[in-house]
Amino acid sequence: MKVDASNPLWRFRGITSTAMFFFAYLYLPIVVLIALSFNENRLATIWTGFTMDWYVTALSNDDMLRAAQNSIVVAISATVLATIAATLAAMGMSRGRFKGEAGVSAMLVLPLLVPEIVTAIATLLFFVALGIKLGLLTVILAHTVFCIPFAYLPIRARLEGMDPALVEAANDLYANDWKAFRRVTLPLLWPGILSGAMLSFIISLDDFVISYFVGGAGSTTLPIYIFGMIRIGITPEVNAVSAMMLIVSIVFVSISFMIDRIRY
Amino acid sequence: MGNILRSKRFWLVAPAVVYIGFFMAVPLFQMAYVSILERGDYGGVNWGAFSMDAYISFIFERDLMDNLVVNTDYLQIFARSFGLSAMTTVFALLLGFPTAFYISTQPQSRRNFLIFLVTIPFWTNILVRNYAWMLLLRNGGLIDGVLNWMGLETGGLDILYTPYAVSIGLTYTYLPFMVLPIYASLEKLDHRLVEAAFDLGADKRRAMSRVILPLAAPGIAAGSILVFIPCLGAYVTPELLGGGKFMMIANLIGSQFGAARNWPLGAGLGFVLLALVLISMMIYSFKFKSLPEESR
Amino acid sequence: MSEVVISARSVSKIFGSGGDKVTALDSVSVDIFQNEFFTMLGPSGCGKTTLLRLIGGFEQASSGQILLEGKELNDLPPFKRPINTVFQSYALFPHLTVKQNITFGLEMQGTSRKQADGRAEEMLELVRLAEYGDRLPSQLSGGQQQRIALARALAPAPKVLLLDEPLSALDLKLRKEMQVELKRLQTETGITFVFVTHDQEEALAMSDRIAVMKSGEILQIGAPREIYEAPTHRFVADFIGDSNFLVGDLVDAGAGKRAVKLAGGQVIALTQDVSDQRSGEVTVSVRPERLGLIADSEAGADQLAGTVSTVIYFGTDTTYQIDLGNDARLTVRMQNGVGANADFAEGDRVAITMSPDAIRVLAD
Ligand SMILES: Nc1ncnc2c1ncn2[C@@H]1O[C@H](COP(=O)(O)OP(=O)(O)OP(=O)(O)O)[C@@H](O)[C@H]1O
Ligand SMILES: [Mg+2]
Repeated sequence: MKVDASNPLWRFRGITSTAMFFFAYLYLPIVVLIALSFNENRLATIWTGFTMDWYVTALSNDDMLRAAQNSIVVAISATVLATIAATLAAMGMSRGRFKGEAGVSAMLVLPLLVPEIVTAIATLLFFVALGIKLGLLTVILAHTVFCIPFAYLPIRARLEGMDPALVEAANDLYANDWKAFRRVTLPLLWPGILSGAMLSFIISLDDFVISYFVGGAGSTTLPIYIFGMIRIGITPEVNAVSAMMLIVSIVFVSISFMIDRIRY
Repeated sequence: MGNILRSKRFWLVAPAVVYIGFFMAVPLFQMAYVSILERGDYGGVNWGAFSMDAYISFIFERDLMDNLVVNTDYLQIFARSFGLSAMTTVFALLLGFPTAFYISTQPQSRRNFLIFLVTIPFWTNILVRNYAWMLLLRNGGLIDGVLNWMGLETGGLDILYTPYAVSIGLTYTYLPFMVLPIYASLEKLDHRLVEAAFDLGADKRRAMSRVILPLAAPGIAAGSILVFIPCLGAYVTPELLGGGKFMMIANLIGSQFGAARNWPLGAGLGFVLLALVLISMMIYSFKFKSLPEESR
Repeated sequence: MSEVVISARSVSKIFGSGGDKVTALDSVSVDIFQNEFFTMLGPSGCGKTTLLRLIGGFEQASSGQILLEGKELNDLPPFKRPINTVFQSYALFPHLTVKQNITFGLEMQGTSRKQADGRAEEMLELVRLAEYGDRLPSQLSGGQQQRIALARALAPAPKVLLLDEPLSALDLKLRKEMQVELKRLQTETGITFVFVTHDQEEALAMSDRIAVMKSGEILQIGAPREIYEAPTHRFVADFIGDSNFLVGDLVDAGAGKRAVKLAGGQVIALTQDVSDQRSGEVTVSVRPERLGLIADSEAGADQLAGTVSTVIYFGTDTTYQIDLGNDARLTVRMQNGVGANADFAEGDRVAITMSPDAIRVLAD
C-alpha cells in the first residue's frame, strides 16, 4: 500500500492541523516541565535564567535518595521475577494449541484489565489477611504481578516470529533441549527478553497507585515521595525530580524499542 | 487435564499463571468476600461476620434515629465518573481519529516514528505528567501567564481543581490509547480503495463516511473502550488536578482505606468497579470480536 | 542389495483425538538401504513429511516401529539419532555465521574446535562455497542457503540424511542445478539420502528407488524405471507421467500365459505374471509412447483400431488422440523423424500397435 501524501485527495481539511495540535498537546507539558526544572526563579513560571541548582538540591536530599533507592530495588526485583516467569510462559504458549490455552492467555493479561485501584486494594486486603507486614517485600510481590504481562508481550511476539524449525534443527544437530535453548532460542530471543525487561522496569519504577496502597512505612518509593512533595506545594525541586523521572523513562523506552527492532 | 500435567509446556506456563493467580485472582475473590463482611469497630473488618452494609450504604445512610434514608453522594461520584469518562472518550476521539488518519497517510519510516512519539508518554510517570499540567493550569501558571501577557486580564484562570482540569488531564493521559487502535485499523486500509471511491465520483465527505469511517470502526470501538475503561478507574488525575474535591470512583475507593477506614465499603466499591469494567469488556468482545468469527 | 539402514514396520501416525482425528500414516512398512537415494513421492497431505519426521524423531509414532540398523529408535530423541535433516525452510541459525552453523552439530557431539573447523572447510569445499564461511545466512542467496543447509547436515557424517522438499523454494533453473548437485553429493559422501518431493520428474531423475505414497499409505516401491514402466496402481500410473487406461477381461491364453480381452473383442497377450486367482474385469495401463499407429488397411484382424480425433505437434514428437468408439479413447505419442509413415491427419482410420510388455494390469 503506497500513499502519495502529496496527493490532494488525501488532504481532508483540518487533519494536519489537528495532528499538529495533538502532538503539541502531548508534548507541551513534558517540555514545559523539563524547561522549568532549569529555571532559576523559585516562583516557577517566570523565566529568569538557567540553573542546575534544583538538581543539586534534589540529589543531595537524603529522603529523596532513599526513595529512589527503594524504587530501584523494587523495580529490579520485580523485573527479574517477572521476566523469568514471562519468558517461560511465552515459551510454553508459543508452540501449537492446547486445552485451556484461552484461559491461560486471559490469566497472563489479567493484570492489564483490572483497574489499578482495584488491584491495589485487593492486594492490600490480601496481605493484611495473610498477616504479611506491609513494606518493600509486599511492594515487590505486587509489582511483579503487573510486570509479567509487560514482559510477556514482547517476548511472545519475538517467539511468534521465530521459525519453529530452528529449535528442531538444533535438536537434529545433537543439541539436547537445554543446549538448544541456550545456543539457539535464547540468543534469538534476547532482544525480546531485554525489551520486555526494560518495559517492566519502567512500569515498576513509575508505578504510584499500587505502591501507595501496598507499601508500608519503610517502603516509600520515588513516586510516593514526589506525591508527598506535590501535596505540600509546587517547588523547583519537585520539577527537577520529576524531570529526572521523565527522562529516565523516555531513555528506557527508546532503548527498549530500539532493541526490539533488532533483526538478524 | 491429565495429559496437560505431563507436558513440558504446562510447567513452563505454570509459574506465571500460578503467580498471577495467587497474587491477583485470589485477592480479587477475597475482595469480593470482604465486601460482605462487617466493618470493624476501629477500622479493618470482623472476619466471619457477614453484613450487606457496604452495598446498602452505597445508596442509603442511617440517620440519627437509625432509619435508612437515601443518600446520593456515592451515586453522584459514580455519575461524575461516567460523565467525565464519556467526555474524555469523546475528546480523545475528536483528537485521536484525525491524528491516526494523518499518521496513516505518512511514509512508512515517518509513521513508525510518529507512533513511537504517541506511545512515549504512556511509559512516563503518570504523577509527573499530571503534575506538569498543574504547572500549566494553575493561577499564575504558564497558560495564565501567556493569556495575561497577551493582554487578557484573567484575574487568575481558576481552572485548576475544577472538573475541566480533570477532563483535560484525563484526555491527556489516555489519548494514546485512542490513536493506536485506530491507526492499526487504518494502516490495514488499502488506500487504493479510497482512491477508487474518488474515481467513482465520491466527494471527500462521502469517501470519509462511506469508506474510511466504516473501515476504521473496529479501531474506533477498541480505542473508545481502551480510553473509557481506564478513565473510569482513574485515581491520580482527579487527586492532583481535581485537588481531592472532584472525586472519582477510584478516589472514593482509596479513601475507604485512608481516613474513612471502611474496608468493606471500599471492597464493595472496588468489586462494583471491577464488574463494570469486565461487563464493558464482555459487551465489547461480544459485539466486535465474535461477529467476524460467526460470519466466517 | 546392501544392508538395510532404516526400516519402518507397520508405522501409523494419528494426529489429534476425538472428532478431528487425522490418520497421517496408515501402517506403513518400508526398508531403506545403505548408500541409497531413496525418494518419497506423493501429492500434498499424503504423509511424506510425517514419515520423515518420525524417522528424524520429531514426532512419535502412534504404533509400529522405526529401526536404525536393526535397533529400535522409537524412544530416542532427535539429538540421539545419527540422522540429520535438511529442512524445507533451511532453518539456518540466523545469529551464527555460515561456519558456525556448519560446526554446530560437531561441537554438540564434542568434537574439538580444530577438528570441527577443518571439517567445516571440507564441507564448504564440498558444496562449493569455500569463500563464504564468515557470512551470516541473511547475506546469502536462496540457493547458497540451501547448500549451507546441506553442508551443515552432512558435517557430522550422519548415517542417514533426511531432506524435506529442499528444492521447492528455488526457481526452476536453480532447481535443476541443485538436483545434479544433490545427486553428486550423495554419490561422493555415500550417505543414505531420504528425499521427499511431490515433483515426479525430480523423483525420477534423482532417485535409486521411489516410494509412491497416497493418503498415508505406500502404494509402490521401486526403481524409477520400474515405477514408470510397471506401475501397480492406477494412482501411480496417473501420478507419474501420462497413461492410458483400458478396461478388459482377464482370460487364459494357454501355456500358463494370460491375456486381456478388450471391450472391442481384441485380445492382448500379457507378458506380466498375473496371479491365477484374478479373473473378470481389470484395468490395464499403457504409456502413450509405447503405442504406435499404422494405417487401418495394414491392420490385422483383432488389432485395436479407431479414428484420429486430434493431432498435436510438439516438435520432438506428435500426440494423437484416437477415438476407439464405445467412449474409449487412447493417447498415442510418436517420435518425429522416426519412420516416414507416422503421419496421420484428423479423421484418418488407424490401427494401434503395441508391445505386450507395455500393457500393465493394475491392482484394483
Ligand atoms: N501436527 C499436526 N497436527 C495435525 N495434523 C497434522 C499434523 N501434521 C500433519 N498433519 C496432517 O497429516 C497429514 C499428512 O501431513 P504431511 O505433512 O505428512 O503431508 P505431506 O505429504 O508432507 O504434504 P505436503 O506435500 O503438503 O508437505 C495431513 O492431512 C496433515 O494435515
Ligand atoms: Mg510436507
